Amino acid sequence: MVKVKVNDIEVDADPKDNCILAARKAGVEIPHYCWHESLSVVASCRMCLVEVGETKPDGTVAMGPKLVPGCQTPIKEGTIIRTDSAKVKTSQQMTLELLLLNHPLDCSICDQAGECYLQDYTYKYGNAHSRLDEPKLQREDKYHIGEQIALFTDRCVMCTRCVRFTREVSGTAELQVVARGSHEEIDVFPDTPCNNKLAGNVVDLCPVGALCSKDFLYKKRVWWLKHAESVCTGCSTGCSIHVDQNENKVYRLRPRENPQAQGHFMCDEGRFGFKYIHDDRRLKFPKLKNAASGVAATGTASQTSDLSFADPWPTVLGEVKKRIRQAIQNDPSGFVAVLSPLMTVEEAYLLASYIKGIDPRTKLTLGPVPMVGSDDLYPKGPKGEPPAPGKVKFTIRAEKCPNRLGVEAVLRHFERAVIHADSLGKSSASAWYVVGGYSAGWVTESLDQAIGTPSLLIVQDIFPSPLSDRADIVLAAGSFAEREGTYVNHAGLAQAAHASIRPPEEARADGRILMELAGRSGLFNAMALRKEIGTNIAEFSAIAIGDLGEHGVRLAKYANQTVGARS
Amino acid sequence: MSESKPATSPKKKTVKWGQAPKLSVLDALYLPAIASGLATAVRHAVSGKPTTRQYPEVEPEIPPNYRGVHRLNRDEAGRVKCVACYMCQTACPANCIEIIAAPAPKDDPHWKDRDKFPATFTIDELRCIYCGMCEEACPVDAIELTSVYDLTGMTRQEMIFDKEKLLSVFDETVKSGRDPVRTNRGKLGPASEVAPTGKDAPPPPGRGKSG
Repeated sequence: MVKVKVNDIEVDADPKDNCILAARKAGVEIPHYCWHESLSVVASCRMCLVEVGETKPDGTVAMGPKLVPGCQTPIKEGTIIRTDSAKVKTSQQMTLELLLLNHPLDCSICDQAGECYLQDYTYKYGNAHSRLDEPKLQREDKYHIGEQIALFTDRCVMCTRCVRFTREVSGTAELQVVARGSHEEIDVFPDTPCNNKLAGNVVDLCPVGALCSKDFLYKKRVWWLKHAESVCTGCSTGCSIHVDQNENKVYRLRPRENPQAQGHFMCDEGRFGFKYIHDDRRLKFPKLKNAASGVAATGTASQTSDLSFADPWPTVLGEVKKRIRQAIQNDPSGFVAVLSPLMTVEEAYLLASYIKGIDPRTKLTLGPVPMVGSDDLYPKGPKGEPPAPGKVKFTIRAEKCPNRLGVEAVLRHFERAVIHADSLGKSSASAWYVVGGYSAGWVTESLDQAIGTPSLLIVQDIFPSPLSDRADIVLAAGSFAEREGTYVNHAGLAQAAHASIRPPEEARADGRILMELAGRSGLFNAMALRKEIGTNIAEFSAIAIGDLGEHGVRLAKYANQTVGARS
Repeated sequence: MSESKPATSPKKKTVKWGQAPKLSVLDALYLPAIASGLATAVRHAVSGKPTTRQYPEVEPEIPPNYRGVHRLNRDEAGRVKCVACYMCQTACPANCIEIIAAPAPKDDPHWKDRDKFPATFTIDELRCIYCGMCEEACPVDAIELTSVYDLTGMTRQEMIFDKEKLLSVFDETVKSGRDPVRTNRGKLGPASEVAPTGKDAPPPPGRGKSG
């Protein structure tokens, strides 16, 4: 730690910090465009110019004669940074005037408006007027940049963050700067669009509205989006994300910086893969197979028109409780619960403790763990080869579920072993409680055969499947955006995910269903449950603190693992 | 006590406390007021001049800063001028505007120079409070309030104006010449401008030609 003075505020900074990071620690913002924590330094935007000086051994202060880029200037003991002098302020005004020379100022139709650093910095540091009398340079929009990206060329400030990202993080190097001077543009080579699996990140990286996501283009103004901190459930990397929603509809996912999980970025599979949560085919009502109990078998609104305001859940859950108890009384060892690796730790704990609480002879198993291909490591080499070990900056994992480790830990506590539901023999049990929650067809052939046609089949899922078709009771559950709880990623990092929207129609988040099944009073409260789990299960002692913070906590078992967070 | 004194003394100096006027004995009988009221009524009754507005046969003249039904302006090419920036929807205190934006049909030469346009634009004229915030928020002078004040409908549904209806309000009001397009508007919009005086001046609010 070294002592640095930023505008007369003294702070302890890391000797590896640059001026921007040191100033941030003092609560002083140094505006910047081209610099990004996880990219190389080019110091080309000139927005972060500050006055830097040093304290001589005799206590006198010597300021440098010129302004220096804060992103490129390292600090040492006694460094003095000034961001509030007239010199710095004039420089910031001039830089912004230059950047805005050819900027079309089409904020009214720009998707970035509201989260745009040109707007913010012009407001804070800029000059309200442009002195340009000449017509502005107008350039063609480029919709061919990528499948998911559109480039609005004339909004670009040439910070080259996107170019450096494709060279340094994805390693695919599709984006280039072409031409020179005021004719500089971002472009791709003919027929090689920027379609790598991390391409969506350049939209987040772009500090202005030049690179826009085609998926989100003109869908919503950003000031209406409400953000919930969550975790991507696409693979076991468990990227920290923001879920941006408005009026119960998720519009986009954005990566949330988490040095413990994935860094600054996320993959396109996760970023654009959330759409299934708004699919029309989702299960929206709980169903009982025989309509005798008052809830229609299909449960759609039109067919239950006379019951449309009646809550079907008390009837269904009462029936579930009754029949689970009956089935376990008849044949305790023939009752199998399948816990999906997409469940949160809290949900798995609730279900496991409920089933085991009725009779310890019942069996808890782990549902299918979806695996697709092999781990995809970035940055790629020139021929698409994976990087050398230790150079990995981002990994898309083959294991396409967020919480296998968490559910396994719960199973180890309650069942003393992790039994895969797939490995059970044909028609091996008389009663099943199966939890899904997968985004696509997940019922493997072996699981289908293992279940067969039992005397009782309860399915808790979000989509219809062969199992839900023949189930006695179907519980319409929640997707990742509707659930609340803890996910344990591949490296044992337990992160809290918060619910952002309500489930559709009469569907309920799994936690709520299981709270009622378990006969617990009160609402589902992830924080309180974490404390309970932390005290009851040794492996989860780290989450007993309840509030896991923004970055989550590492479970003790995995704390010493050398596996890097990003590798 | 010593602290409360300085707090009360400036209050006495700066605040004027209003007081009801004292009524004389005669005023307290209210008879002079009744008499003067009756006199006014009688004067109007015998003057022979009608004091009733002959609406709807004679329509009142509406001042130019009147805030009536909305319209969506067209640009020079006849397209909707709105660029779907959602500023009006954001500014609207009554939540009566709903826009769905879409990328402009770039393949159509008619729309070549536009990026974004409103695929739908609906205003619930019943929910609207006619405050004019949408007009002030609009960066491209696309939404304006007209002097059309006699808005009626048989159903609630028909009072929800869509884009076509709002454009037709523009066509009609511009044709009638009553509401010219206010493109070169002042800093805060036309309502903030100093009203012209003398012969060109419009009649003061609420006093039409027919009085």
